[in-house]
Amino acid sequence: MTDTTHDAGTRRDFLYVASGAMGAVGVAAAAWPLIDQMNPSAAALALASTEIDISAVQAGQQIVYKWRGHPLFVRRRTPAEIAAAKAVDVSSLPDPLARNANLPDNAQATDADRTIKPEVLVLIGVCTHLGCTPTVSTPTAVEGEYGGWLCHCHGSQYDTAGRIRKGPAPQNLAVPPYAFLSDTRIKVG
Amino acid sequence: MSGHSTYTPKSGFEKWIDQRLPLPRLMHDTMQTFPTPRNLNIWYTFGGILTFCLAVQIVTGIVLAMHYVANADLAFESVERIMRDVNYGWLMRFVHSNGASMFFLAVYIHMFRGLYYGSYKAPRELIWILGVLIYLLMMATAFFGYVLPWGQMSFWGATVITNLFSAIPYVGPHIATWLWGDFAVGDATLNRFFSLHYLLPFIIAAVVGLHIWALHVPGNNNPLGIDVKSPQDTLPFHPYYTVKDAFYLCLFVIVFAGFVFYAPNFFGNPDNYVQANPLVTPPDIVPEWYLLPFYAMLRSIPNKLMGVIVMGGAIVTLFLIPWLDTSRVRSCRFRPLMKQFFWALVVDCIILGYCGAQSVDAAAFGIPLVWVARLASVYYYAFFWLIMPIVGLIETPKKLPASIAQSVLGDSAAAAAE
Amino acid sequence: MAAPASAIDTTRLPLKPVDFSFEGPFGTYDRGALQRGFQVYKEVCSTCHNLDHIAFRNLADEGGPGFSEAQAKAIALGYKVPADPNDKGEVFDERGVRLTRAAALADYFPGPFPNEQAARANNGGALPPDLSMIVKGREGGAHYVYSILTGFHETPPPGFTVTAGKYYNPYFEGWNISMPNTALTDKAVTFTDGTPATIDQEAHDVATFLAWASDPKMEERKRMGFGVIIFLLVLSGLLFAAYRKVWKSAH
Repeated sequence: MTDTTHDAGTRRDFLYVASGAMGAVGVAAAAWPLIDQMNPSAAALALASTEIDISAVQAGQQIVYKWRGHPLFVRRRTPAEIAAAKAVDVSSLPDPLARNANLPDNAQATDADRTIKPEVLVLIGVCTHLGCTPTVSTPTAVEGEYGGWLCHCHGSQYDTAGRIRKGPAPQNLAVPPYAFLSDTRIKVG
Repeated sequence: MSGHSTYTPKSGFEKWIDQRLPLPRLMHDTMQTFPTPRNLNIWYTFGGILTFCLAVQIVTGIVLAMHYVANADLAFESVERIMRDVNYGWLMRFVHSNGASMFFLAVYIHMFRGLYYGSYKAPRELIWILGVLIYLLMMATAFFGYVLPWGQMSFWGATVITNLFSAIPYVGPHIATWLWGDFAVGDATLNRFFSLHYLLPFIIAAVVGLHIWALHVPGNNNPLGIDVKSPQDTLPFHPYYTVKDAFYLCLFVIVFAGFVFYAPNFFGNPDNYVQANPLVTPPDIVPEWYLLPFYAMLRSIPNKLMGVIVMGGAIVTLFLIPWLDTSRVRSCRFRPLMKQFFWALVVDCIILGYCGAQSVDAAAFGIPLVWVARLASVYYYAFFWLIMPIVGLIETPKKLPASIAQSVLGDSAAAAAE
Repeated sequence: MAAPASAIDTTRLPLKPVDFSFEGPFGTYDRGALQRGFQVYKEVCSTCHNLDHIAFRNLADEGGPGFSEAQAKAIALGYKVPADPNDKGEVFDERGVRLTRAAALADYFPGPFPNEQAARANNGGALPPDLSMIVKGREGGAHYVYSILTGFHETPPPGFTVTAGKYYNPYFEGWNISMPNTALTDKAVTFTDGTPATIDQEAHDVATFLAWASDPKMEERKRMGFGVIIFLLVLSGLLFAAYRKVWKSAH
């Protein structure tokens, strides 16, 4: 008698636990579509890469294009700007990584690793702090102390290689995946 | 909801209802006979004012949603259509946009009042916590709502705030993408924010229900901070407090109307009348005024993750106040030292708000505002984490009156009444 | 960095202090100024700038420039807007030109350029902003518009070089503006009501017109507000009396 009750008890416990666990799995499985629907849709993911004609960008100038809904900076640097960027000791940078999608993740933030051709700097124009678009320096109006970009939202300053030098931004401006099709055309994405 | 009910059904019909769904009894006990301390002052009228604000926001919001189009290409245009072509659309829109500011104005007064008179102290901890939860939901709702007109400030405010989540190590960037539904703030973001902006006020209304329920268990605190000891200390809610609340609500509505009709864009930013442009950030991004103190804290920290933690911590701290205050006396009226720190906190929050509104490299009297904001942030934290616990232990409070009735009516009157 | 650091602070100057009839709690738009301002917009500004949110019917709206419906209709007839497809389903004629029809009251003011790219191509890369939102879309509103329009005639301080293709205007942030300094001049229009067309007058009138274009319901709003606040004052008086009466016994 006692044995049977005992058996019945464990079987009942097992059934409770098993159905409870199955129920939890069911709820979790049902919740996932509800959560994942908020991620980028297939249409947003299928953004084709863009080809850009950069012949209009003059030395010392930047033109802003659009890529994946973000501003895309293309800046043709002057020799002085390249020299200034090369002179920086990488180990002294707040973010010593290149953040270059064309290179391995651990590439160093040397000037050479930030570009494909030294005179053409291609960057995603999104401040790595909170996503504002930094303002570029022009020969008449220098933005920030490093001749590169200043983000007016919270004061992050980038140098002429788009590397973070001062302010709250944690990372260098990202370099998107891109390739030169010719001297004046690049393909981004 | 607590204590015995004094409701007696007056007709057969009322009796019939009362046996099946005692809603009239509930209304009678909570809004008519509810014993309320007889010494509540003007600062206690803001609870009613806030209920009014929530109702106004929900009603005007439902009306606006009938005309608004949540599409990145059409949203800005549809708001202008509301302002120019919809019958009384400009009125609904200005009541709703200024209503948000009035709502926050009232909630800040309500919160500081609770802080001053120690309304968060036992047995009212849950009332306070539910209140902070309402405040948090209000901030979320206001943020979603500010995005909807799809102006420059809408867009860039949304960008900055959603990017705060990307500060979380490892999963942060994925959370940001998940929030956006794209790789940047865009049409998908606008649509979900509209959906949530419509949903949250009803959740707020539900939490307000809990807040009032929790209030009706111990009853109101009062400016003396002492417990109700006898029926002499209280008055029935109706007509005493219904008429008092109505009068002060009317004064509040006059201020509200002043903004709606004569300075409708006072709390707004001209940049939000420029359509969102993902390629151009306005020179100075400022959130709505009611978020400025937190924004100042965020900006004063030169590290992304730390900035977000400091800002978030400032709000989390509010939940813990009931346990940070060690004083046995509730009201600052009898706490000479705490009273001074309290007013310093009020000034501190205003200074933080001012710093948050200025551009990032601004200075006042030659002092960079970022340093002012840092000092002010330190005081904010120090107030809750050091001053509150320590002052409660070392301060000698003034002598408390024997009862509310004695304090209001004087010794002889109180005695005579008994 | 060898880049020449700009020593001059190019923050925009404080706006010019001018008075507008629509300021203050009882201010209304000056009908004459609105009509003259519309003329300035039509004959000068509309060469480059849109007026997107204003329809021809609005010209006859209450609280607006005070044109009659017939006048508004006549103004509309002077504009061409893209036509619907014709019987053959064509929207372009044989030379590839977009088919148009005369505008009607319900139509919105057509812009000078078919799209943003065309506008930029014709203006040295700069986009002339939509003027129907300019007054509420800029800090300083009508004062800003007035100051910009009358701010071209000052000479740049020594040391400030105007960027090529731009013009000097110290009321514009950065001081380099893309709008040419010849945009608005004395006698740019001949006012039908005989008002002398000085640049101050033109700028003041067009600023008034654009203030209306940004906020066409202002007069209705202020009028209603007056009634609402009187009502609330009376109500609060009554409530105060009731409050005193109820509480008399409680003290």
